[in-house]
Amino acid sequence: MQSDTNIAPVKGSIVEVKQSKIQHIISEFKRNKHLYILMSPYMLIFFTFTVVPVVFSLLLSFFYFNMLEFPRFIGWQNYSRLFLNDDVFLIALKNTFLFAVITGPISYIACFVFAWIINELSPKVRAFMTLVFYAPSISGNVFFIWLIIFSSDSYGYLNGFLMRTGIILEPIRWLQDEQYILPIIMLVQLWLSLGTSFLAFIAGLQTIDRSLVEAASVDGIRNRWQELWYITLPSMRPQLMFGAVMQITQSFAVAAISIELAGFPSVNYAGHTVVTHLMDFGTIRFEMGYASAIATVLFGMMIGTNLITQKLLRKIGE
Amino acid sequence: MSYLFSRLRVSKKLNRSFTVSFLLFLLLAGFGSFMAMPLIYAINNAFKPLDEIFIFPPRFFVINPTLDNFFDLAAIMGDSWVPLSRYITNTILITLIGTVGHIILASAAAYPLAKYRFLGSKTLFSIVVLSLMFSGHVTATPNYMVMSWLGWINSHASLIIPALAFPLGLFLMKQFMEQIPDALIEAAKIDGANEYRIYWTIVMPNVKPAWLTLLILQFPALWGTDGGSFIYSENLKTLNYALSQLAAGGIARAGVGAAVALLLMIVPITLFVISQSSVMQTMATSGMKE
Repeated sequence: MQSDTNIAPVKGSIVEVKQSKIQHIISEFKRNKHLYILMSPYMLIFFTFTVVPVVFSLLLSFFYFNMLEFPRFIGWQNYSRLFLNDDVFLIALKNTFLFAVITGPISYIACFVFAWIINELSPKVRAFMTLVFYAPSISGNVFFIWLIIFSSDSYGYLNGFLMRTGIILEPIRWLQDEQYILPIIMLVQLWLSLGTSFLAFIAGLQTIDRSLVEAASVDGIRNRWQELWYITLPSMRPQLMFGAVMQITQSFAVAAISIELAGFPSVNYAGHTVVTHLMDFGTIRFEMGYASAIATVLFGMMIGTNLITQKLLRKIGE
Repeated sequence: MSYLFSRLRVSKKLNRSFTVSFLLFLLLAGFGSFMAMPLIYAINNAFKPLDEIFIFPPRFFVINPTLDNFFDLAAIMGDSWVPLSRYITNTILITLIGTVGHIILASAAAYPLAKYRFLGSKTLFSIVVLSLMFSGHVTATPNYMVMSWLGWINSHASLIIPALAFPLGLFLMKQFMEQIPDALIEAAKIDGANEYRIYWTIVMPNVKPAWLTLLILQFPALWGTDGGSFIYSENLKTLNYALSQLAAGGIARAGVGAAVALLLMIVPITLFVISQSSVMQTMATSGMKE
């Protein structure tokens, strides 16, 4: 009985809180009006072409949609088809996974190791070596030079070299042979991968407080490996985390290189990745619902790996 | 482990011995030439006469350098249905609007996020950071539909507008802007400047290194775009598309293809050489805080 009498005032107060919350939001908006206006052009475009498409893609993955008929809800069918009935997707998944576990970590470690070595050179040499290592990643699609190197006739540079030295007698069809396609794409991918994170690492190494290093040598740090683990790596943990995001995202998104080098589709899908599979259904077959399911799986893999890596990197130097 | 450490110990001052330095030099020289080799090869090939390109066994360096490939390129392009100047104009237009617009919009959005705390600021920034964690391929399918609803298929807007809101640019710009002293902004406020004025006259001139960094990150993508699945009309196509068509012309066009490769790579690399020190300054602030 008593509870009845208590309800009314409590209800009233909730309504009051709600109103004041809305008022608070409105006053916040009014007070910071100029800030919101400054951000609005960027955010409008960002939401239209990044955030909304992700949400839309998640929803669309539960529909059958071919851009002509009205979308039809089919539940989990796209996903079950993807994992149970699509052998090519499983090949693509395996290849993408190989890229993620091989080129991802190697490129990340290479970015750091080369940045670490280059950092100790004199400024002029450092600038030059930075250019040498960074140039491939910004020289656009010049990786088609690798097509000439791995060309399947005897005019190809590698075939010519191997034939002249007598290692092989007949030219190898590098980019049409299943056993070579994936390693070659990985090699070119690694060649292209010293990008933004490499620069971030060099810059991060240059900003490490020298007094920390000196203090550490007094405290008994005896060699470079200890210095690296206890001083250098923890000092640049923010850059390491940023670099990890860049390298992981890149290693999951291999597509253009595969298409350019091995063709689309490549021989027996040897160079097929999740992204090329997505392109196949999204821009050639126009099975938009199915393509969205592929995109959702890719999205989950990228975000998941990134978040796990961020957690691991927090443990550095502990 | 400590045994290993003591074996590796070089001297008290942590200096490297001659052997270690020499090994590091070899490592750098080896990998450095692996990185530079294809680019040097591309440069050499562009100046090779046709008979040298098809010499057997193939040679790495050019013997009799010639500009023939570039003249051939100009001749072929002059004869083509759509003149070369059209492709160049298209690419320059897309690259220029795309990069300059991106720098202005990204810094306008970065300034409030870097210097103020307001309703939604943290959430918005977290969404941007999260979007660094997946690539644009994920949104390719819905993007195509958004473009077709907007009626932007087969227009340059489909290439330029999404590039304006490239998330990495906002992220780097915001991190760099956090270094600007608050006192500078406070002083401008006391002088009666509004937020737009502060953004344009105080903040923007102070983040010049970050402009160049955004430029160097955005430029190659737009410069190298082939129009993707959005551009169909020949007179809207880009330089990269035209050049890759030429390069695909087979053996007869091998020399021209090499000239094309050189043209495509030389512009972004030159830009980086010019802006390197600014880029390094920006990258020093690129870290992600926990």
